[in-house]
Amino acid sequence: MKAILTKTTGLTDRPFHYCPGCTHGIIHRLIGELLEEMDLIEKTIGVAPVGCSGFCEHYFSCDMIGAAHGRAVAVATGAKRARPDRFIFTYQGDGDGASIGLAETMSAAARGERITSIFVNNCIYGMTGGQMAPTSLVGQKTSTSPYGRDAETMGYPLDLPKVLSQIDGAVYVASVSVDSPQEIKEAKKALRKAFQVQLDGLGYSFVSILSTCPTNWGVNPVEALEWLQTKMKPTFALGELKVPVVEGGNES
Amino acid sequence: MKNLVKINIERCKSCGLCVHACPKKILAIGETANNKGYYVVEMKDQSKCIACAFCALICPDLALEVYRAEKGE
Amino acid sequence: MTLLMKGNEAIAEAAIQAGCRLFYGYPITPSTEIPEYMAKKMKAAGGTYLQAESEVAAIYMVFGAGAVGERVMTGTSSPGFSLMQEGLSYLFAAEIPCVIVDVMRGGPGLGGLGPTQADYFQLTKGGGHGDYHAIVLAPSSVQEMVDLTKEAFDLADNYRNLVIIAADGILGQMMEPVEFPPYVGRELKPKTWAASGAEGRPKNNVISYYLTPEIGEAENKRWGEKMSLIKENEQHFVEYEMDDAEYAFVAFGTSARITETAVDMLRGEGIKVGLYRPVTLWPFPERGLEARVNQIKGWMSIELSAGQMVEDVKLVINGRATVSFYGRQGGMTPEPEEVVAAFKARFLGGSQA
Repeated sequence: MKAILTKTTGLTDRPFHYCPGCTHGIIHRLIGELLEEMDLIEKTIGVAPVGCSGFCEHYFSCDMIGAAHGRAVAVATGAKRARPDRFIFTYQGDGDGASIGLAETMSAAARGERITSIFVNNCIYGMTGGQMAPTSLVGQKTSTSPYGRDAETMGYPLDLPKVLSQIDGAVYVASVSVDSPQEIKEAKKALRKAFQVQLDGLGYSFVSILSTCPTNWGVNPVEALEWLQTKMKPTFALGELKVPVVEGGNES
Repeated sequence: MKNLVKINIERCKSCGLCVHACPKKILAIGETANNKGYYVVEMKDQSKCIACAFCALICPDLALEVYRAEKGE
Repeated sequence: MTLLMKGNEAIAEAAIQAGCRLFYGYPITPSTEIPEYMAKKMKAAGGTYLQAESEVAAIYMVFGAGAVGERVMTGTSSPGFSLMQEGLSYLFAAEIPCVIVDVMRGGPGLGGLGPTQADYFQLTKGGGHGDYHAIVLAPSSVQEMVDLTKEAFDLADNYRNLVIIAADGILGQMMEPVEFPPYVGRELKPKTWAASGAEGRPKNNVISYYLTPEIGEAENKRWGEKMSLIKENEQHFVEYEMDDAEYAFVAFGTSARITETAVDMLRGEGIKVGLYRPVTLWPFPERGLEARVNQIKGWMSIELSAGQMVEDVKLVINGRATVSFYGRQGGMTPEPEEVVAAFKARFLGGSQA
């Protein structure tokens, strides 16, 4: 028989602790597959955040560093400047990358750090029990916006990849989703391009991935996909927001 | 020879995403629980499987592996 | 060859000579010469200077570089040091070797630019959360800044612990003649624990959390044993005129320099007083104090603060002799005459012995 989709060596055998239907597992698999396919596992250092995925050190087969909340990009910067020959990625949720870690994310983009950030946006703070995130939608009820996010007093969702695409040092910025098999395949393509940008030494690469949190949204996993499709996708810019410019003026 | 979807019973969390994603509608949550108490997904009719791997693509828990029968098998 | 060098620059040069090729920092007075020197010299040394967006980012860049097994340094002053406190706790728990310089200035708040020693509690009791300690070295001259910086990298690697060089605004800015003997580091184990890319070996995780209280207690006990080992091996102090002393000052850094003159002045009047100068603030050099406790009638801690190290002196002396304090704050430094007067007022009833 021909293997069509089997377990990747980029992930360990440890079962995931994530909630049923949480899309972290899908994204982990895509990263693991790419590390294997691009022969990167032994050269990779991943930086884990604080959040539900704060335990992902145990799931990826490569060396991993656990950063403080919001500081994964600074840790990755320190590591990459120390070992420019290594492939270094950060894996962060919306709090880690866009709230407490916003300064580090934007500064690394400005400096064009040769690292890759994977930003998992589920419009909520999952691990701490469902508080409002900078990406939460107007009207969205969370434990710290129990009457719904009120734009007047709590502002609007932050579209981080859109902002980063304005920064010169960020040479590949993509916004993708994992809400269907087709989208998952597109997400993997974007991640592969982001990884290649780092390998080519071009600058900072950033892939934002729209994701679900069935538990804290209070819906089942399939309903969560629908909420992502109907509510999140219209809010955030999607697609390849920035791609490296090739010599001669044509975009690659 | 049929294509094959291998189900890792202990990794399945009964989330139902594979059931939702399967274009042939041949996966369903069964009535047998694994050691964690999750009702595990079951293949209802392997002969209809086209090895598209949509189920394994969307499974967040590495619980599914997909194999395609080769010619002559 | 003897050079005339500014303290901050001497620290940076010593770090490079000790094999440090990574510096991440953010400018803050009175330590800015450290990043500036690194910005000029690192490239020629084959290293990297990177200006971080804040001290918060800087300490975590240090975390990243140290986690992959490289020698790394940052330098800052008191408000910036405050921003790094969470990072210090993380560095300790992840057992990441690194060297951090705190050139202390006036506080609290934005404070002032003058010298103080008022970060002592933060340095030695832990401004970060949890049960942890940095090894803290307190140079008192530009030469000591060179020697202790080189030593700091070896200590950090040997114990897998953060090491902090506690200087102040005068030491950082003053220029003194200094020598750079060739660096001969101690023999160190290879960093097989580092997350440097799992080539040909099982993967490494460098993390700072534990999943159960049982593991948490076991880890904390293990770190506690490491602290005990450091306490056993690394207490360092220098004694000045202590052999026949009846009274003693305790002072470090700049206040020790001033107090040395006060000792000379008092000795000139026939008063038997000495100076006990801690070189390690943590581990606090209890051993030397303990050895003199039956000999000394009264101790006086001289600090550029409201009196922080004096509490550690009191803990060691434990009621067996008088312990007192004199200090200045906000960036002011005492004249030796003031120290003499304070000593006399406390121990000699205000009149000459």
